[in-house]
Amino acid sequence: MIKTQLAGKRIAITGATGFLGTALVELLLREIPNIELVLLIRSTRRTVEQRVNRDILGNDIFETLKSELGKEGFEQKTKNQITAVSADISLDDLGIDTAGLEILNSCDIVIHSAAAVSFDEPLDRAIEVNLMGPVRLVNILKSLDCSPHLVMVSTCYVAGNRKGDAPELPLTDSPFYVPLDWRDETDAARRTRSYIEDASRRPSNLDLFRSSARAELGAAGTPALARKTEQLRQRWVKDQMVEAGRNRANSLGFPDAYAFTKAMSEQAVEEIRNDIPLSLVRPSIIESSWKSPISGWIRGFRMAEPIILNFGKGTLKEFPGIPEGIVDIIPVDFVASAIVAVAAQEPKSETTIYQVASGSCNPILTSKLADYIHNFFGENPIYDEKNQPISPAKWKFPGRGRVASQLSRAQRFLGHAEKTLHKLPIRGKSAMVVAEIQDRKDEIDKAIEYVTLYGNYVECEALYSVKNLLTLWESLDQDDRNSFPFDPRAIDWFDYIYNIHLPTVIAKGRVKTSPVKNSGMSRSSRLRKQVLDPKRQLAVFDLENTLIASNVVASWSYLATKRLPKSERFKLVTKTLAQAPGMLALDRKDRTDFLRSFYRRYADAPIAQIDDDAYEMFSELILAKSFPAGLRRVREHKALGHRTVLITGALDFVVNPLKPLFDDIISATLSSDGNSYTGQMQQVPPIGETRAAVLRRFADDNDYDLAETIAYADSTSDLPMLEAVGFPVAVNPEPKLASLANRRGWLIENFRPVAGSPPKLLPLGSRTRG
Amino acid sequence: MGDDRRRNPRPGLVLDVDRSTPPVLFHHGEGFRLEKLPAGRSRILYPPEPLPGLRNPDMHIRDALDNPVGDSPPLSDLLKAGMKLTIAFDDISLPLPPMRAPDIRQRIIEAVLDLAAQKGVDDVHIIAALALHRRMTESELRHAVGDRVYDAFAPSGNLYNHDAEDPDKMATIGTTPHGEEVQLNKRAAESDLIVYVNINLVAMDGGWKSTATGLSGYTALRHHHNPQTMVKSRSFMDQENSELHKSNWRQGKVLKESGIRIYQIETTVNNNTFGLDGPLAMLQKREWEWTLRDRAAFISYQTGLRRMNSSTKRKIFNSWYSPYELTSIQAGEVEAVHKQTTENVYKQQLVNVEGQTDILTMGLPYICPYNVNSVMNPILVACLGLGYFFNMYRGKPLVREGGVVIMTHPTPWEFHPVHHPSYIDFFERVLSQTKDPVEMSQRFEKAFAEDEWYRHLYRTSYAYHGVHPFYMWYWCAHALDHLGQVIIVGGNPDAVRRLGFRPATTLHDAFEIATDVVGPQPTVTHYHSPPILMADVQ
Repeated sequence: MIKTQLAGKRIAITGATGFLGTALVELLLREIPNIELVLLIRSTRRTVEQRVNRDILGNDIFETLKSELGKEGFEQKTKNQITAVSADISLDDLGIDTAGLEILNSCDIVIHSAAAVSFDEPLDRAIEVNLMGPVRLVNILKSLDCSPHLVMVSTCYVAGNRKGDAPELPLTDSPFYVPLDWRDETDAARRTRSYIEDASRRPSNLDLFRSSARAELGAAGTPALARKTEQLRQRWVKDQMVEAGRNRANSLGFPDAYAFTKAMSEQAVEEIRNDIPLSLVRPSIIESSWKSPISGWIRGFRMAEPIILNFGKGTLKEFPGIPEGIVDIIPVDFVASAIVAVAAQEPKSETTIYQVASGSCNPILTSKLADYIHNFFGENPIYDEKNQPISPAKWKFPGRGRVASQLSRAQRFLGHAEKTLHKLPIRGKSAMVVAEIQDRKDEIDKAIEYVTLYGNYVECEALYSVKNLLTLWESLDQDDRNSFPFDPRAIDWFDYIYNIHLPTVIAKGRVKTSPVKNSGMSRSSRLRKQVLDPKRQLAVFDLENTLIASNVVASWSYLATKRLPKSERFKLVTKTLAQAPGMLALDRKDRTDFLRSFYRRYADAPIAQIDDDAYEMFSELILAKSFPAGLRRVREHKALGHRTVLITGALDFVVNPLKPLFDDIISATLSSDGNSYTGQMQQVPPIGETRAAVLRRFADDNDYDLAETIAYADSTSDLPMLEAVGFPVAVNPEPKLASLANRRGWLIENFRPVAGSPPKLLPLGSRTRG
Repeated sequence: MGDDRRRNPRPGLVLDVDRSTPPVLFHHGEGFRLEKLPAGRSRILYPPEPLPGLRNPDMHIRDALDNPVGDSPPLSDLLKAGMKLTIAFDDISLPLPPMRAPDIRQRIIEAVLDLAAQKGVDDVHIIAALALHRRMTESELRHAVGDRVYDAFAPSGNLYNHDAEDPDKMATIGTTPHGEEVQLNKRAAESDLIVYVNINLVAMDGGWKSTATGLSGYTALRHHHNPQTMVKSRSFMDQENSELHKSNWRQGKVLKESGIRIYQIETTVNNNTFGLDGPLAMLQKREWEWTLRDRAAFISYQTGLRRMNSSTKRKIFNSWYSPYELTSIQAGEVEAVHKQTTENVYKQQLVNVEGQTDILTMGLPYICPYNVNSVMNPILVACLGLGYFFNMYRGKPLVREGGVVIMTHPTPWEFHPVHHPSYIDFFERVLSQTKDPVEMSQRFEKAFAEDEWYRHLYRTSYAYHGVHPFYMWYWCAHALDHLGQVIIVGGNPDAVRRLGFRPATTLHDAFEIATDVVGPQPTVTHYHSPPILMADVQ
């Protein structure tokens, strides 16, 4: 019946690149003879045709069809039966060209499945896509003066957070209906956006973003801080908009902005559709497929999967639900089949509504689901990085408040720990602890997000009636039932959860399911191999804490004391060390300012004497505190034919003895009056953003590709340089850089001074006798 | 010790260990161990007691300069106004530990300079003949030549370290019939006379090795500092049977025939390493003769050392200067001088030993020729044990072929970053791939020897030459070839394994491990040194 009804029909579909949309396209192509599909797709960097091939037909759901028809048969079929039209439902005229409009005009059925389903959608975006999208679609259809059968995908959750029956009726017929004007809501959402944008630019907020950027990056230089500050502002705006959406939705009794905007879209379309026949399909939570074309097909990670995985990994030990609650989930192939069945119905003038849900006819209790998951991970554990199986916790359902407060306590603790550690003068391996804490904190942040968002859904105790759906099911003949199964009563939950859904989640989650060691190279040796590839061109090094464990203060103290009598030497150095806190603070704020003020101390230093003593210092201070592995790395790059460059804020006479190690040295220089130094720098020292600029100019002048350049540095003040090159390497990173490098997948090296080097409590120069 | 004993020191001793033998002293880096050896099948070699020193060294020095041996006129006859004179002297690697001031070199150089001044010689250069060793620091130079000489010559640039990598300052003299190139410091080569001032601590030192090696460079040294030569030097302490020395003597012949005039001054010192009295005296006494005071002092040292970190211990040990005394001085023609010198070295050090042993044990001290004021890194541990101590024999090695050497040393994975940069890379990159001297010489030696960075550090900083760690390993070549196994007791296991040796926690464990190689109930010989002794194995 369905097949004959729809055979040769032309159906337009929005949202075909989505989870449900792809399943729908596959089902129609597979089961309906000579169907013509018009896919309304937003063009991105790719054309719509490319997107059809890549994002839809490239999906593994089409494997069955491909193997049935053969590669050429499949290509032929899809080429004949699919037309892609560029359209964007967030634009008023959908951005469709005349040819596209003509095709749309000729469609018998329009299935609207495009939606912003993400849980952290900003309010205005949810409104534009979920509410205004269908409104615009209907307006276009009206302007074309055509009235195809419009099948709109909504959600069961438009019924809102409530207990008891939720019938398949228009929302306005519900006794709990809160009258709303969708036009007012749209205006308000747009106003909220401009209000929050304004607020984000207020001086107090900008200060906040700037200081957060500084806390994250340290003294990374103005341009890097500016970029970060703007990023933080935009993130803040988005967070505020998400929050606004959630608040508005909750205030009206909806679990989130998605349900809220969908509810309004139902009303809006009903109000403006005139004679366009409308069917609403309201699925509950859509999960992986039950049978067709394959069991356990899923696209992208949806809301339940991350939670299941986090449970398996042991991150989430409790979950905010009530054990007696019903988790209303429905396999995606059931929803697609139901939509096709609805589309095949003779359109009626009044709106018909079908809820595709399992809760009222074949419920699965939260406690049961939890048992299945618990047993599943007991038998098929995920393995941690030490190859130990992670044993799953037993959910005790302590209630949402408790879970949330547990998590936020952990979050607060880690936040404090992180902040404190960032302030400690630790480097290298110990700093990596901070990076781990950061990872852990990110996990908790995510878990909190899930608990907040998903909690609204699992605590929802509405029972979604499926009377219309079952009536439709009963009306089908056996052939249709075989081709388009959607009877929720047929689901064997144990089989579905245990044998279909959870294995899918595990497979998609790319987690370790066996104790086998990761074959091949570790991440760092893989990165190291890329860095030490002859194809690279240029290797740039910072000096202090990257190649040697010394700094400008130490070298100054050495040179200043070399020719002083004993008592004076200690006095001078201890005096300098007493000023350390002030110097450190200045250094943290701006390295250039620090160097400028510190190098003043060289005023009136005799050049000849400094040059002589600098060679002794090279042995006693610089080499003694060098990292042999770091020096070896420089030489390895040289041996590979890379040009090696030292870019440092240290002074030229300090680094001169290092000349044979590098091809080029770019350092700070002091101006002189011929016999002695003036204490003023000749140019801006190559540190911070200047270092990146110097590197760019060097690469430009010498025709090197920055994408093929490696940079070694230890501090966030070197971020501009690290970000400028293709292969950044964090050496003995301070905590902030360690976190950043870890997140961005940069190579992290720990170069240590060799054991046995003579300890030097104070950077005193060796006495020159005579 | 009474004056009688002082005048009539006892010769070396081979003690058969029985049940009543007290635990024996093992040096253990910057520390010591007392170990029981298995009774009935062990013996301990004790060095002869220190020979009495010459009463008036300055007089003997002048006497030697005036009465040369071999075919040579007295020094004063060789000095003329307007001539170019170069005085070269042995570097920081001799003697060990450094001797108390005044150093013999200072006494001799002052005497030579006095003669030169009398004759109106004013073009004098004084060069530390360090070959590919690290440069000496100012304070080390001052210790060797004395403040007076240093202040008179260093500021004007006439007292300096030899630089074998200065292309303008090295001369090629010729080639031996064996194809060995001969190189010499250019200033020395162009001088009318080279006066070489030597300290002959062990039988290997001196002779043509002074000039042909000390003032030479990589181009010449590679002809005898290589695995093939070293494995044929059995041992390199015994010149008659040392391929190393034969090669040096051939190079010396080329020097001589080229007209370069050398006036060789060689000295020997006694083995009074730790003093006849004083805080460390017990270290050169036989254990059963330790007094109560010795025991108490030893226990307090052990307790104190246990609480110190390695750099503090190093600092304390490095501050020890030995009260060595001059036992002989001979001057004149190189080969004639050296013959006498060697006899005098043997007089102090030689101990007659009957037959070889299954296991040779040795306690390695904190110092070797290449870590004065520095760190004894694992490569130097191997070199001291298998290069120096193993080779302290004449005739046959103390341990039989296929036998086992057990040495005690903490063998820390530590390096001096300034003195031994190429050692660090050698340890990380060469020894991790091969322990075979021949293979490493073919695969890696050239790259290290010609490395610009090591060359720079050798010339301007205080680093041993890039190739030097290879030489240390070649020094072990004979032992590596001869032995069935090497075990280090109490070492850092990772470092010991990197050397290719077996780590053991206790000497007892080491004996157990060794039985796998030498069978049950092996015979054991303990080489009780320092003070230095040389075994004459029949």
